[in-house]
Amino acid sequence: MKHQVGGILVGALFAIGLALSGMTDPAKVVAFLDVTGRWARWDPTLAFVMAGAIAMHAPFVRLARARATPIAAPAFHAPAATRIDPAVVLGSALFGIGWGLSGYCPGPALVSLGRGSPGLFVFVGAMIAGIAGTRYVLRVTTRRAA
Amino acid sequence: MELVNHAGIAAAAGHIDHAGLAGYVLALVGGALIGLAASVAWLGYGRIAGVSGILGRALVEDDGHGFRMGFLEGMIGVGVVVAQLAPTLLGRPLRGTVPLAVAGLLVGIGTTLANGCTSGHGVCGLARVSSRSAVAVATFMIAGGITVALAGVGS
Repeated sequence: MKHQVGGILVGALFAIGLALSGMTDPAKVVAFLDVTGRWARWDPTLAFVMAGAIAMHAPFVRLARARATPIAAPAFHAPAATRIDPAVVLGSALFGIGWGLSGYCPGPALVSLGRGSPGLFVFVGAMIAGIAGTRYVLRVTTRRAA
Repeated sequence: MELVNHAGIAAAAGHIDHAGLAGYVLALVGGALIGLAASVAWLGYGRIAGVSGILGRALVEDDGHGFRMGFLEGMIGVGVVVAQLAPTLLGRPLRGTVPLAVAGLLVGIGTTLANGCTSGHGVCGLARVSSRSAVAVATFMIAGGITVALAGVGS
């Protein structure tokens, strides 16, 4: 398949970063989100994951702006949605609740499947069901609206 | 004491330990690797390294199909290796089956409605200075914070 090797490289690098950073430990994620320090002393370390990632990525984004096409593919696929609409706020709020409840966001959940614990398969299965169901509903409703 | 351990501070001997300064360094280094991965995806292949988007379009048969399948294979494959080499990096699930199912469903629905999660909005979107992503990140951080404050760490 085209670009599969590139995908494997990117996915592997991404997963190593997640695991090293502490993002694949749900206890650490919950301790980071516990800003009020209700359950333990607030652990701000995971803020540095995002800071490190953005600091590394931003110069490359700028570099890419000077190019008409990516190095190994015919076109840049920028996200279509750029407006701030109710869906991005409602969706992010629901995501945040699920993230806070479990300590898992999508990437770390996929990486943690390697543990082989049933709970992770339940979480990822439910997440895929949520994604597929929502995509289906969005497709039907936008078709009706059109 | 149990809660202090839950903060990720304790780690068995011979494993990667996130205590103290090491935790900050590992967070920065891990973050930089994530940023590097996102950069190879964008500058090399013109793709956003957003996990929820890649997962949601995994079965879409366009010219990004190979990249997305590879990405998921690489990610899950590393998880299997990490589980063998440095198992403490993969923490234990904090909750039982039902709350995990509810949380997974919310994460799936939410990231699809919002078109992105911690990676697509939090890393790629913020690095691209997208105001939509800034709103998404602020919203899921606040929602996550409120949820932890109200619902706690589980059992």
